[in-house]
Amino acid sequence: MPTAIVSSPFAGRLNRTDQVMLQVILALIPGTLAMVWYFGWGVLINMALASFFALACEALAMKLRGRPVLPAIGDLSALVTALLFAVAVPPTLPWWMTLIGIVFAIIVVKQLYGGLGYNPFNPAMAGYVFLLVSYPLAMTTWLAPNIPEILEAHHLVTLSFLDSARLIFTGALPPHVAWDAMSAATPLDEMFSKLDQNATIPEILASPLWGEYGGRGWEWIGNWFLLGGLYMIWRGVITWRIPVAVLAGLLIPAGMFWLVDPQAFPFPAFHIFAGGTILGAFFIATDPVTACTTPRGQLVYGAAIGLIILAIRHWGGYPDAVAFAVLLMNIAAPTIDYYTQPRVFGHGRREKT
Amino acid sequence: MPPYRLGAGQRQLWTFPGGLHLPDEKALSNHAPLASAPLPRRLIIPLRQHIGAPAKPVVAVGDRVLKGQLIGEAQGRLSATIHASSSGTVIAIEERPVPHASGMSAPCILIETDDEDAWAELPPPLSARPDPEALRERIRWAGIVGLGGAAFPSSVKLTPAPGIRVRTLILNGAECEPYISCDDRLMRDRPERILQGARLLRDLLGVEACLIAVEDNKPEAILALRQALVTDGDAAGIEIIAIPTLYPSGGEKQLIRILTGQEVPSRGIPAQIGIVCQNIATVAAIADAAFDGKPLISRIVTLTGRGLGQPRNLEVPIGVPIRELIEQAGGLSPRLRRLLIGGPMMGFACDDLDIPVTKAVNCLLALTPDEAPDPGPALACIRCGACAEACPVSLLPQQLYWHARARDLDKVRDYNLFDCIECGCCAVVCPSHIPLVQYYRFAKNECLARDQEKRQAEHARQRHEAKEARLERLEQERKANLRKKKEGLADKAPPPPPGAPVVGALAPAAVAEDPKKAAIAAALKRAAEKKAALASQGLAPKNTENLAPAQQRQVEAAEVRRSELQAAEDAARPRE
Ligand code: SF4
Ligand code: SF4
Repeated sequence: MPTAIVSSPFAGRLNRTDQVMLQVILALIPGTLAMVWYFGWGVLINMALASFFALACEALAMKLRGRPVLPAIGDLSALVTALLFAVAVPPTLPWWMTLIGIVFAIIVVKQLYGGLGYNPFNPAMAGYVFLLVSYPLAMTTWLAPNIPEILEAHHLVTLSFLDSARLIFTGALPPHVAWDAMSAATPLDEMFSKLDQNATIPEILASPLWGEYGGRGWEWIGNWFLLGGLYMIWRGVITWRIPVAVLAGLLIPAGMFWLVDPQAFPFPAFHIFAGGTILGAFFIATDPVTACTTPRGQLVYGAAIGLIILAIRHWGGYPDAVAFAVLLMNIAAPTIDYYTQPRVFGHGRREKT
Repeated sequence: MPPYRLGAGQRQLWTFPGGLHLPDEKALSNHAPLASAPLPRRLIIPLRQHIGAPAKPVVAVGDRVLKGQLIGEAQGRLSATIHASSSGTVIAIEERPVPHASGMSAPCILIETDDEDAWAELPPPLSARPDPEALRERIRWAGIVGLGGAAFPSSVKLTPAPGIRVRTLILNGAECEPYISCDDRLMRDRPERILQGARLLRDLLGVEACLIAVEDNKPEAILALRQALVTDGDAAGIEIIAIPTLYPSGGEKQLIRILTGQEVPSRGIPAQIGIVCQNIATVAAIADAAFDGKPLISRIVTLTGRGLGQPRNLEVPIGVPIRELIEQAGGLSPRLRRLLIGGPMMGFACDDLDIPVTKAVNCLLALTPDEAPDPGPALACIRCGACAEACPVSLLPQQLYWHARARDLDKVRDYNLFDCIECGCCAVVCPSHIPLVQYYRFAKNECLARDQEKRQAEHARQRHEAKEARLERLEQERKANLRKKKEGLADKAPPPPPGAPVVGALAPAAVAEDPKKAAIAAALKRAAEKKAALASQGLAPKNTENLAPAQQRQVEAAEVRRSELQAAEDAARPRE
């Protein structure tokens, strides 16, 4: 293949991978700030740790594979993986778990499959799930959101930067503070574990943890990630298809269940704002490498993710299901692409392409 | 795709998938009215400036020729005539480098010009509504080919196959490649000529509508054409339509889609759906030939890019070396990065300034590093799908790329590689800067080469079979002779006694031989038929044995192109 011979087009290229990745990173800022606001410094510490580990892993892998290191680091894809991983895990995760998760994500899931572009699974989510099945307790222990009423009602405390850092690096709790005094169930946890105990939805919603659509604090994080997602659509970094399909695939059946039995099924908006749905729909399901690329395929892919999220939340063992749903559909993406090829211009509408 | 309206009372237009909004850069070159390039000392006129077979020279070295005089005769249906672009003396007929992506050479007639620029005797003007045959003959005589860059002989396009009724004539003034403005200038400066030509073709084909499409980034051109249409009278059926600026809306199939909502079938030609397209410069040349008796001996060339001192449009005699044009446009800047023939999306790089302008050269583009930045090394495909969004043919460029890289030729065909018009949209949007189009060209060549191999293998097999059949026949003849001899001997010998066994079992042998002979004859006939069938497709071996490998490849590519005429039309540049 004579790639050295330069041929048309000669026009300046309109995009660059690192710029695309940079847009993703920019788009993560509002949601991240909201997380820091509600869950404290741990979020940022996690991000810094994960980024450092990810870049180191990427560099190491490229070195071992005898490939140039700098372009791989410079494409920023490892950084995006690290940041997505960091916002998905609890803000108090011990540093070594972050390390394990990132090593799994970058070395095993990404580089062992051939590096950027060749990995069939979303690395951030694979790392997340790997930890979730290995350390379920640590991975589901979330701090209570930093909202005075909630803190007062439950006699909870928040962590300072130093406390967070100490917790992450040494596992030491702040003096005289027990885990119970900091953590709270996530809204999804609360919802589905109470539902399992046969509470009705109105009873669950009466708790001060609840806001308008999801848990207090949580729903706002969702909103800020949504802002970032819309920014990416506006900048053409992602198309609307996957996020809209995920939300539709989740909302439409959720809405039908809710209409049938509003006591036993949460209202649809809950699903959107309670957990990592927005983050998943806009930032994770849209990971270009592992998602579908044909327009119709993206709709199918997104809708299936939405459906799986709903199914796992209601009938599965894990409170949040975004990571599982995305990974499950990652495997199906090439097949979906194959069967949803667009009709090529000038080919008959019926003709199989 | 849903149709959309531009505004109340305007014609309904459609969209095609994908496409790009590119910075158009036309303002660099479209400000000054058309001027003429001065005559050079020496003209280099290639004998093949069209897609068909090269023209046959009808002048000899030493001959004096006049401007407009026929110097090359068309050879075959897809060939076009060649005329001298000025008066002078033929000083050589030889191979010369010509504008081509591969930098190939081709036979050219070199003319040393005198300064007289004396015209040959030209045919008389045709009437405003000429007899169709006379007009077609005039177009053929004038050697007019598509001036949008495809260089397809116009007379062929304007002669619909029997049974085909052309209802719509589309005149392509879209000019969607960035930088190029030769059509823009022509529309602004000579709108009447274009409309005269439009009427000729409208009447020739008897169409219901003649649509002149111009991208809306050329408002002056649209205005000039509209004004000329009003002042000129006889506007029946002619409509000037502003289409949204979107690359590659000047691609023939894309333009047809925009204007009519129809899609030309894959591998098909517009005539199949009752449409004929012509570039507006071609139409003006047809009017020149009809009313001035002028053959196609000049064309408008855009000289542009920030690497040229004075970008502009010039009317250039065919055969001028591009070196002289560069001088006319203020010379090359020391910051020149790349010199292109054609636009930035579909043009090709050229580093030989002695190649001449041909009928197909519409633009000379000198790019500086800011205009054509080095894309840098290609990164891994991140499967972002941006390429698929941009593809005007709804291909999956990414999949094509993976399979082309893996040289999986069956798969690339499955993914409709041959529908790719090489517009470059996918490569321009690819964030990983993968030279996608290069992979497709490579894969197309591989596919064609493999087909060629298959055909050659088939030829070899047939030759082998024919040889076997011949040997068998000779053997049979030898045996038959032997038998005849024996027979003769037997005749002379005394008749066998009754009851004795028949000597040599002559009669049964003769009977047995007949079916064998019939089988051989049948085999030979089959071979001959296959050969004839191949020959009728233009696939028979040609006198191409002594060519250099590069030329050989060119010739082979051309053979395939010719046999797949439609595919050639597919590959027509967006501007026509
Ligand atoms: S635009 Fe480039 S990186 Fe994106 S899918 Fe296409 S080939 Fe891959
Ligand atoms: S070059 Fe081919 S594949 Fe790429 S956008 Fe154009 S038609 Fe599509």
